[in-house]
Amino acid sequence: MMIKLNLNGKPVTADVAEDSLLIDFLRDHGCYSVKRGCETSNCGLCTVFLDGKPVLSCSLLTVRTDGKSVQTLEGLQEEAAEFGAFIARQGAEQCGFCNPGMIMNAIAMFRENPDPTDEEIMEYLAGNLCRCSGYEGQLRGIRAFLDYKKSKGETSVCNM
Amino acid sequence: MQYVNQPVMKKDAMALVTGQPVFMDDLAPADCLIVKLLRSPHANAMIEEIRTDAAMRIPGIEAIYTWKDVPQQRFTLAGQTYPEPSPYDRLILDRHVRFVGDPVAIVAGTTEKAVDRALKIIKVKYQVLEPVLDFHTAKDNPVLVHPEESWKSLCPVGADNKRNLCAADFSEEGDLDSVLSDCDLVVEGTYHTKANQQAMMETFRTCCYLDTYGRLNILSSTQIIFHVRRIVSNALGIPKSKIRVSKPRIGGGFGAKQTAVCEIYPAFVTWMTKKPSKIIFSREESQIASSPRHEMEVKVRIGAMNDGKIRAIDVYTLSNTGAYGEHGPTTVGLSGHKSISLYRNLEAYRFAYDVVYTNEMSAGAYRGYGATQGLFAVETTVNKLAARLHMDPVKLREQNMVREGDEMPSYYHETATSCALDRCLSRAKEMIGWDEKFPCRDMGNGKVRSVGVAMSMQGSGISGVDVGSATIKLNDDGIYTLMIGAADMGTGCDTTLAQVAAECLDCSLDDITVFSADTDLSPYDSGSYASSTAYITGGAVVKACEKLREKITQKGAELLGYSASDAEFDGKEVFCNATGASVSLTDIAIRSMAGNHEALQVTEANSSPTSPPPFMVGMVEIELDKETGSIDILDYVGVVDCGTPLNPNLARVQTEGGIAQGIGMALYEDIQYTPKGQLMNNSFMQYKIPSRMDVGRIRVELESSYEQSGPFGAKSIGEVVINTPSPALVHAVANATGLWIDELPITAEKIAMGLLEHEN
Repeated sequence: MMIKLNLNGKPVTADVAEDSLLIDFLRDHGCYSVKRGCETSNCGLCTVFLDGKPVLSCSLLTVRTDGKSVQTLEGLQEEAAEFGAFIARQGAEQCGFCNPGMIMNAIAMFRENPDPTDEEIMEYLAGNLCRCSGYEGQLRGIRAFLDYKKSKGETSVCNM
Repeated sequence: MQYVNQPVMKKDAMALVTGQPVFMDDLAPADCLIVKLLRSPHANAMIEEIRTDAAMRIPGIEAIYTWKDVPQQRFTLAGQTYPEPSPYDRLILDRHVRFVGDPVAIVAGTTEKAVDRALKIIKVKYQVLEPVLDFHTAKDNPVLVHPEESWKSLCPVGADNKRNLCAADFSEEGDLDSVLSDCDLVVEGTYHTKANQQAMMETFRTCCYLDTYGRLNILSSTQIIFHVRRIVSNALGIPKSKIRVSKPRIGGGFGAKQTAVCEIYPAFVTWMTKKPSKIIFSREESQIASSPRHEMEVKVRIGAMNDGKIRAIDVYTLSNTGAYGEHGPTTVGLSGHKSISLYRNLEAYRFAYDVVYTNEMSAGAYRGYGATQGLFAVETTVNKLAARLHMDPVKLREQNMVREGDEMPSYYHETATSCALDRCLSRAKEMIGWDEKFPCRDMGNGKVRSVGVAMSMQGSGISGVDVGSATIKLNDDGIYTLMIGAADMGTGCDTTLAQVAAECLDCSLDDITVFSADTDLSPYDSGSYASSTAYITGGAVVKACEKLREKITQKGAELLGYSASDAEFDGKEVFCNATGASVSLTDIAIRSMAGNHEALQVTEANSSPTSPPPFMVGMVEIELDKETGSIDILDYVGVVDCGTPLNPNLARVQTEGGIAQGIGMALYEDIQYTPKGQLMNNSFMQYKIPSRMDVGRIRVELESSYEQSGPFGAKSIGEVVINTPSPALVHAVANATGLWIDELPITAEKIAMGLLEHEN
């Protein structure tokens, strides 16, 4: 089936199989940041934006993106680097395999709720599993990033 | 120190957080054949007939291999130094399948769809045999998991395939029975831990291709490049000179990737077809056919006096290695050596074990490597002893725990040359507010808050065995390349070892480029396991850098026309103190590339006759709902002595991560088999690793000792940190309810049912 979508700001036309999963389509189109950690929608590694909202690309048929806009970390490099540096300063990126999904979802959170409490952060990111860090370092990094943004007087972070 | 003990950012951090293509499947050639495995639905069966003709006709199918097609010499997949203690009990494909998930056929095709279809229409006729599924009945069971004559054990580990024994041993000092009979009190317990999965986020995966010279190139997510080279050579029956193994970034290992779980399959496909191929395990395959923790049953007896003096410890471990023996003979040893040794001045100890084969998934290496299971058992028994003596368990430990300078008879008679366990205990106690909170407080709403404690030790490499090496070379512009064979799997060793090099060479961290790891290019390293990299490979980096400094000084002096004894190197230039003449490092580097006879490159190897233990204390506060049995972790405190932390940030995150993984083992991660031997917890739906909502808040501090034999005083950190949650949480539950949970995980159901039983 022919579909048209906007992938990281660029129009893409593609002939995709009906059973193609978005994660495979994205990796076939060079978006290697999108990772698969399970096949059961449990880990959050494959998180991407569909029309600006975080979705699990392992659980979405590619055809559903017809006429829509899809963003991966490849299309959010500036935000990823700015926020990611705060995770890295804690050493909390560790193996890095879960980072893209977590960072996508964190960016979504900052857009929805620029001033979250610790509980709100943990709840929002509950679906992003990490086996290395024990999560504390990620939380410290997120806190430090939010403090930095506040100190710069930016009320709304990561504008689209 | 300028770099060592500094919280610098990992060298690969920005690539990782921005999602750059640095993992195996991001780098695999685009035209790889897709390799998948047909797996046995039976726990014990012989393949009577296997028909692949229809599957071969599917367009896109390139090859299908069965047991008839593979070499017939046995080998082990365990990543260990040769001769491996793990028995040679595997074939690439075997006519005899020994667990649900054992490979039956290898299918390679150009598309995943074709391969999936082929897997469905291969016809296999099995002769189904009686399996051995209860590890208590495995030893001397008439059903043999490995009846074959070609089974062999290379080392004297007490293995006997005709008795389902993968290993057995016995060691003791002092007269245990007479000391126990002379004690005021003997406390006993039997504990059961499950075959937990490492569950690293990146599943097992490997790609292979032939290079210009027809050599088999293997790019794999592995902790053990050099061992993989030997394993593939053994499995395929081809010379090691034909094999090159390298690793990209690894998406987590935790010991899982210290076993060559998936490499041999694409290696065989590429060797036979001459085409590139790759295998990527699904999460389900990673759950049912991989290399989890050894299930163990540990029996403990501790004898003590009424004043709290612990006099004797007896440990017997029954370990379930599953269908194959990877790491079976070695993991079990740690269950005694690294638990009994926490207690000083014992008059007697005994440690015996049996490691048995069963028709369940083979076990392997998982962070903690047997120590986790043994410490759960011994630390819980010590907590029971304190309860029986009506003593504060912290005071009981203060009275009995190992101290710096002690000889540890049950730890190969090594001396605790560096040990801040006492400081760890008192700091943890302070952090959690032990004296105010022990043992529990009834909150008056059906909930109880309580605390629990446990101690832990591990090693730093395998003494007298593990080898770490480093090559350091000077390049143009006075920058260095550090080449290592150790494997950074997220732990950050590429960075910590560069910190060590920068410290030794008085240069900026940015001036050190790290290369790892490639069997063709890296100096030999046993691999990143057994908590060895910081201590063993770190030591090699120090040695290599010191030698290179001498060479640079020598070369600089030569250029200045002095003898080396008159010259010094400060990291930027070689100068003569007497005359003030100097030559810059950049000039030395440039001059080393013209008319030079002496390479400004050094390779050094390092090994250690001892394995200095890191120590840790974990304390937890929980809130327990007496009606439902559910537990919330309010606070987890970990205080660790890893010697000098090479990078305090990374040491802290290792500790937090280890505690979270340990909490998963203690509270959530269950392994259950059907009566026919099928593993039920085969996805993240059924096997619940903790999310960030499930681990409470974790607070970590480092209480450093200084280990003279380690690089800048460092010991290990990677494994010691996973051991305290199980015993500490069981202790907290006991303090809240009086119930001792001896089988992990501690579920709400076990607590609620236990409390009901109590009432009746």
